[in-house]
Amino acid sequence: MDFNDTAEEAAFREEARGWLAQNAAPFSIEPSGLAEDEYNALCKKWQAVKYDGGYAAITWPVELGGRGGSPIQQVIYNQEESRYQVPSSIFAIGLGICIQVVNKFGSDDHRERYVQKALRGEEIWCQLFSEPAAGSDVAGIRTSAVREGDGWRVKGQKVWTSGAHFCDFGILLVRTDPDVPKHKGLTMFIVDMKAPGVTIRPLKQINGRSDFNEVFFDDVFIPDTDRLGAVGEGWHVCVSALMFERHAVGNTLGFLEYNNIMDIARDTELAGAPAISDGRIRERIVDMYINSRAVDLLTYRAQTALSRGTLPGPEQSIVKAIGAYQGQQASYLAMDLRDQFGMLAPGELGEAWGIVEYSWTWGAAMRIAGGSDEILRNIIAERVLGLPGDIRVDKDVPYRELAA
Amino acid sequence: MNFDFSDDQKLFRDQARKALGDACPRKEVRRILETGASHSEAATSALAALGVTGAAIPEEYGGLGLGYYELCIAAEEAGRVLAPTPLGSSIFLAAEILLSAGSDRQKADWLPKLASGEASAAYCDAAANGALPRFVDGRLHGKCGPASDVAGAAFAIILGAEPDGGRSLFLVPFGGDGIEVRTMESVDPTRPVSELAFDGARAERCGAAGAGPDIISVVKRRAAILVAFEQIGGADAALEMARDYALERKAFGRPIGGFQAIKHKLANVYIKNEVARAHAYYGAWALSNDAPDLPLAAASARISATAAFSLAAQENIQVHGGIGYTWEADCQLFYRRARFLALQLGNVFEWQERAMNALEQSNAA
Ligand SMILES: Cc1cc2nc3c(=O)[nH]c(=O)nc-3n(C[C@H](O)[C@H](O)[C@H](O)COP(=O)(O)OP(=O)(O)OC[C@H]3O[C@@H](n4cnc5c(N)ncnc54)[C@H](O)[C@@H]3O)c2cc1C
Repeated sequence: MDFNDTAEEAAFREEARGWLAQNAAPFSIEPSGLAEDEYNALCKKWQAVKYDGGYAAITWPVELGGRGGSPIQQVIYNQEESRYQVPSSIFAIGLGICIQVVNKFGSDDHRERYVQKALRGEEIWCQLFSEPAAGSDVAGIRTSAVREGDGWRVKGQKVWTSGAHFCDFGILLVRTDPDVPKHKGLTMFIVDMKAPGVTIRPLKQINGRSDFNEVFFDDVFIPDTDRLGAVGEGWHVCVSALMFERHAVGNTLGFLEYNNIMDIARDTELAGAPAISDGRIRERIVDMYINSRAVDLLTYRAQTALSRGTLPGPEQSIVKAIGAYQGQQASYLAMDLRDQFGMLAPGELGEAWGIVEYSWTWGAAMRIAGGSDEILRNIIAERVLGLPGDIRVDKDVPYRELAA
Repeated sequence: MNFDFSDDQKLFRDQARKALGDACPRKEVRRILETGASHSEAATSALAALGVTGAAIPEEYGGLGLGYYELCIAAEEAGRVLAPTPLGSSIFLAAEILLSAGSDRQKADWLPKLASGEASAAYCDAAANGALPRFVDGRLHGKCGPASDVAGAAFAIILGAEPDGGRSLFLVPFGGDGIEVRTMESVDPTRPVSELAFDGARAERCGAAGAGPDIISVVKRRAAILVAFEQIGGADAALEMARDYALERKAFGRPIGGFQAIKHKLANVYIKNEVARAHAYYGAWALSNDAPDLPLAAASARISATAAFSLAAQENIQVHGGIGYTWEADCQLFYRRARFLALQLGNVFEWQERAMNALEQSNAA
């Protein structure tokens, strides 16, 4: 066990730090003041700079636009980059999940066509899995694809598709065989979000923003060459994607942390004394620190596993299960610290209060997105602890009978 | 032992539930959220028609003089439908301040109007950085806020500063010169709050000079019990919404309510709601009988009801999954109101202090 950089790692850190100082600083901004298209344009610009600097995909081979580096180098780069507030959130799903799936399950033609453009930020990707009647139970999707000539006709509806309204491509899970049990009749495709028959309708969220969408497919044609994995192997591809998703989330939720609470508690009073000297607040701050630090350390454990070429354990599930709930609870604490003023919005209390509102609304969302709190615990209980799963009534029944 | 409402009171609850359910369905609450209207006329007049506004106001001031049980019951029903109405500021706070500290003339002028619902009142005891409006020669200068339920109110009762630094309550009629009102952005636009800027507005003292904090402390304690009923009403409605959805929504071939994770989640909400209800009911008795342990009863009702509503609102979103996070779903109405009510009467830490002080006193005795 050693947290110090080796000589090689130190050299890489030096290099990345120097490059970031030159290139990231101009992009380090508070995004809240920007309109969506301005923010997206800035994300694209930054991603291109990052790609050209050789940092877009450190562990990927050079031929694909990567750097041919090690997982530890990726960790080091992430640490250094996190000192800046670079605009990148629109790529989280595309680069964290979709393009990884394309790389793993696609053909050489796919990699050539899509990977570099995605890494350079020229094309953005979304994930089209969830449907109105199938979220946690994503294998229950209805959207169907039926063979036609050298391709497929797709009909159905997706929902909660983050970023669909500004995305160029998506990975799309569909049902290609309703006569077999539900996990067996699925297939994954690449879909062009601008193809005829694709309609995207933004959905308004609790916070008034529209980051996610409904996406309708009205007889959309997809060539068979845009298939990812074999026909009927969609569930396997989907599970891989969900693994990437859990690894992509990491400690980047951006919710209130112990240090934010410390700042607020220094500026507020409880029972006539600075709140930071109050035992109740001190306990909460320490609890938050314990969790946050554990999240960092668990991430190191996952990265260590990766650097040895083994798959990380359930660490990242723990990270999300802790982080989202803590963010939500911390928002209440922050509001309570400001007493009656805590009911006011950032428009009244200043931009710095944005993180409280964000943790309040987005904390609730992240307890649901990407595997809900309950599903993550089921995974830990069943896959890690080996406890029996729920009795399943739908597993071996042909999908057609379930849907009837 | 009889720890329950009477048959008449239960009958009144059924009436209130029906009337408020008709007057204030969720789409009415949503209308307020989306249009920025100050309050629901329908909910407000339903409460007046039920006699709620005047229930605890003595007959000599135009009220029904029924005491607090009916008000508690109505508060729960108003909370259940998330009624966007100034009940809290106007009746739980302003009317109580007038009753306990107002002059005979102030009572005679304003209480009948509050009782009949003809007028409502705003309330505010907060100002940025503690810089309260200053009272000089019968006029107020300076700003305060967040003040609740200002729009549509006939007057406000606010905490202000005397030239000698003492803090007093002041009654400020609206409609005169020297008051500017600005709606503030807040967590729950269905219970709007405002900033009041005074530039020489006429005001009169309500209660003795320098007595503001003491009056507030006593009145807030009474209001805490009434608001606790409002909170358990909201918490119960959120639990019902989650329970109904858990029965209807299917995943993995069965209703999600069949998964133990969801069952235990909702059972935990129920337990917290019932803990809060037990304290609220006891609070209703303590309030009605001016019991010696009212301070402890009020703090207990407040703390447990705040925790219950917070949990119920947050887990209602969780049970709904993705749809719970949309603007279209009503989950957000509970999530917003839970925060507003948690903060309106001061934070949980203040109430923990109150509870602990009371416990220390009774423990030492
Ligand atoms: C902000 C946000 C962004 C999203 N972005 C995307 C995206 O880009 N692409 C995409 O495809 N999807 C996306 N989603 C969808 C997300 O994956 C689903 O919302 C999630 O899987 C839950 O599904 P659901 O909403 O249908 O809820 P349901 O599955 O109906 O769940 C409802 C409740 O039941 C519980 N539950 C379900 N099954 C069980 C069980 N077996 N045991 C115990 N409890 C259970 C859940 O935990 C939840 O509390 C997003 C969601 C959100 C909130």
